[in-house]
Amino acid sequence: MNVDAKQMKKIEMQEYQNLVDQIKPKPDILKNSIWAFMVGGLICGFAQVLVNYLLSLGMSRIDASSAVSCIMIFLAAFFTGIGVYDELGKRAGAGSIVPITGFANAIVASAMEYKREGYIFGVGARIFSVAGPTLVFGFAVAVVVGLIKVFLSS
Amino acid sequence: MPGFKKKGSQTVVFEKAPVITSWASIVGPKEGEGPWGQEFDSVLGDYMFGEDSWEKAEKKMLREAVKLSLDKRNLQVDDAEIILAGDLLNQTVSSNYAARELARPFLGLYGACSTMAEALLVGSMLIDGNFFSRLVSATCSHHYAASRQYRFPTEQGTQPTPSTQWTATAAGAVVLEWAGVGPRITAGTIGKVIDMGQSDAADMGSAMAPAAADTLKTHLNDLERLPDYYDLIVTGDLARVGMAIAEQLFIRDGLLPKPNYSDCGVLLYDEKQDVDAGGCGCGCSAAMLCGPLLKKMQKGEINKMLLVATGALMSPTMAFQGESIPGIAHAIAIEN
Repeated sequence: MNVDAKQMKKIEMQEYQNLVDQIKPKPDILKNSIWAFMVGGLICGFAQVLVNYLLSLGMSRIDASSAVSCIMIFLAAFFTGIGVYDELGKRAGAGSIVPITGFANAIVASAMEYKREGYIFGVGARIFSVAGPTLVFGFAVAVVVGLIKVFLSS
Repeated sequence: MPGFKKKGSQTVVFEKAPVITSWASIVGPKEGEGPWGQEFDSVLGDYMFGEDSWEKAEKKMLREAVKLSLDKRNLQVDDAEIILAGDLLNQTVSSNYAARELARPFLGLYGACSTMAEALLVGSMLIDGNFFSRLVSATCSHHYAASRQYRFPTEQGTQPTPSTQWTATAAGAVVLEWAGVGPRITAGTIGKVIDMGQSDAADMGSAMAPAAADTLKTHLNDLERLPDYYDLIVTGDLARVGMAIAEQLFIRDGLLPKPNYSDCGVLLYDEKQDVDAGGCGCGCSAAMLCGPLLKKMQKGEINKMLLVATGALMSPTMAFQGESIPGIAHAIAIEN
């Protein structure tokens, strides 16, 4: 392709992009935000109620937080297993993805999906296919933060 | 005289137009609840079809659709001289494994969601070229099998956008013969791969619309026809967003008079069925063709139809490597 033809193609693609932008419906940000806020808030609010309840039983704050994380992860896994969490996620978006329950959903959904390819090449190899990046970069950041702390405190 | 059946730049005109003597469609539960649910041969009660994975269910749908199309004409599987089929899954496994069980000569095709038109185009050329006298062209798709391959695990809670399309759970098969009673495939236009730089994996309609417009324009130019030559021009699976864009492109290309135009992705589902922009997948245009559309042709409600099946040649690997989504569209003219 010579320079002129390339230039023409570029203009044509830009014109097409303008047409697409004009016609393509935008996601309803307000509605989606309200859903995300309500569902995310309810999930976190429910967890807080549990924390307060465990604290009132005399559990330490650290133990109560760990116990509630476990309960929330279990609930998310359970609702993923009975096919409810994805229906919630369709409406709630970030509201059901950002809390720890969303992480549990990503892992359990992968485990369920790939079980048909067996426990080693299916579940084992692909259980983190969605959640993997979060783990990798979470670990990477933890190492960096840890190093910074070591240098600052020495 | 070589190439004498080719007209214009991309179109072939059949000398002895192959006849569509029989057809069959099998669809999933959601498609059965749609506006054309009554028109399909079989509506599945669930997505597994008695198998233990989505992929095997998809394979079975294709196999059964091929058998049913032959059965409706009182033929056996062995009466099909060759089977042309394709699907959306990696290595087109549904077609390959269905062909393993059908045990007939087989050519596997891939044109993403344009595969039905591709299979009919190639099939018509094989028949008009006197290579075969009877063959089956078929294709299928399965919502959950496609979903796990192209998008996310099916139980993951992700939010669709208004341009997202719902991959149809559907299979369609057509019996093509050199002689018989039924609508005939008179001409076909082989599309070019066209890429206008669209890269939104949640918007296949915008990626495919330019290919549909290009193939339609080329078809009409090659045959020196006006859009109103056809009672109905129907695109494969552009869905609502892509269809709206295609209509703008038709105006830009000066397609006059305005064609009687629709899209299988828009037709297959009711707007209330929570499918966002509409349907997509190989089975979308295949089931609409092998269900309501050919029935309407049989009854004489439509006499001249142009199917422009569209395919987004999307690959997750190439998308992650920063490539845009190329589109393709093939057209076949079906006339009574």
